[in-house]
Amino acid sequence: MDDVRDMAHLSDEALVALVARSDEVALAELYDRHGATAYGLARRVLRDAALAEDAVQEAFLAIWRGAERFVPEKARASTWILTLVHRRAVDLVRREERRRADVLDESRDTGAEPSAADSAWLRFERERVQAALRRLPDHQRETLELAYYGGFTQSELAERLGRPLGTIKSQMFAALGTLREILESAERESWQTT
Amino acid sequence: MANDLIHELTAGYALHALDPQDESEYVEHLATCERCRAELAAFQETAGALALAVDPVEPPPALRARILSTARAERPNVVPLRPRWARPRTLAAVAAVAACAVVGLGVWNAVLHSQLSASRSALQAVGIKGANGSLVVGADGQATLVVTGLHRARTGKTYEAWVIQNGVPQSAALFDGGSTSVVRLGPRVPKGAIVAVTVERAGGVTKPTTTPIVVSARV
Ligand SMILES: [Zn+2]
Repeated sequence: MDDVRDMAHLSDEALVALVARSDEVALAELYDRHGATAYGLARRVLRDAALAEDAVQEAFLAIWRGAERFVPEKARASTWILTLVHRRAVDLVRREERRRADVLDESRDTGAEPSAADSAWLRFERERVQAALRRLPDHQRETLELAYYGGFTQSELAERLGRPLGTIKSQMFAALGTLREILESAERESWQTT
Repeated sequence: MANDLIHELTAGYALHALDPQDESEYVEHLATCERCRAELAAFQETAGALALAVDPVEPPPALRARILSTARAERPNVVPLRPRWARPRTLAAVAAVAACAVVGLGVWNAVLHSQLSASRSALQAVGIKGANGSLVVGADGQATLVVTGLHRARTGKTYEAWVIQNGVPQSAALFDGGSTSVVRLGPRVPKGAIVAVTVERAGGVTKPTTTPIVVSARV
């Protein structure tokens, strides 16, 4: 691409606003910023390179078609993008019934090249979220990971884990609430120590 | 479903883990429940953090090309607000054009336009740590801090931005946070300075009293 417009100083939210005006360069910039995270997430859920590409492609085209509906006051653009990718990936994994028996073992997705664009900032974020996950009680972490990375619905989880559906619903609510608190307090603490 | 149980589905919805029946009930409920809408926004941020816990993987280059060409094919006739592929002309190039042309209004406009893009390209974007966003500094030191993802300041508190030069902080702006803050800084930001943000009591203070939650790289 021979475009010379420098979009590096624009926020994700500003880029989405440009995408809503059919600006392809802004779409490319969003992809360059979030594509590797999106593709890593889709591979984690789908365990299949080709299907993961489909999920990422559908999500970015959904951004292209629906950018004018994004409300920056309601969410961060990066959250919106990754939510779209996640939903596409989970819909695909349900359709393909490709869910692995052992969802929590990451090491079985072979052939994935680590991203060169993995910035210090992304690594910092990743370690922060992974540390927060480790602080969750086991059954809460399990519920979150099977739902988010495994694509299991609440009733599938109830069956798989042998717990009543009502229990799964409350545990999932409690787990996400706890994770939210840990992340918010860790955010504050990380600046007390540096 | 009992009404207080339906609020609990907020987590499942944010994780895309509801069964179809629950999902349609919840979406219907969401239209009428302020509490769930607010909670869902927060839970979606948390669910989004789970995406960041995964190792990023470089997608094949063909995927980028495919997405962009499909996007273009869907909306080929949209006229952009400004020329999309135009290379900004340098002042020198414009001066050369002006030198061998009758200086009419067209050329004058071109010169003005080019000066504008020259000043725009003199903008420097500086990274920040502690939140997403950046610090944009003009050649004249005028600066704007763009921050996303800071929680709205609690009642009685404010975010205060500082320009710190040689270790001396100067109060630069007060703001409330929330999803995206675009904060124009009062003092200019000279070369070698940094910009930081602290949480202070409402109304602001003259010297920071807490550890910065956002710090920029050196300008
Ligand atoms: Zn509700």
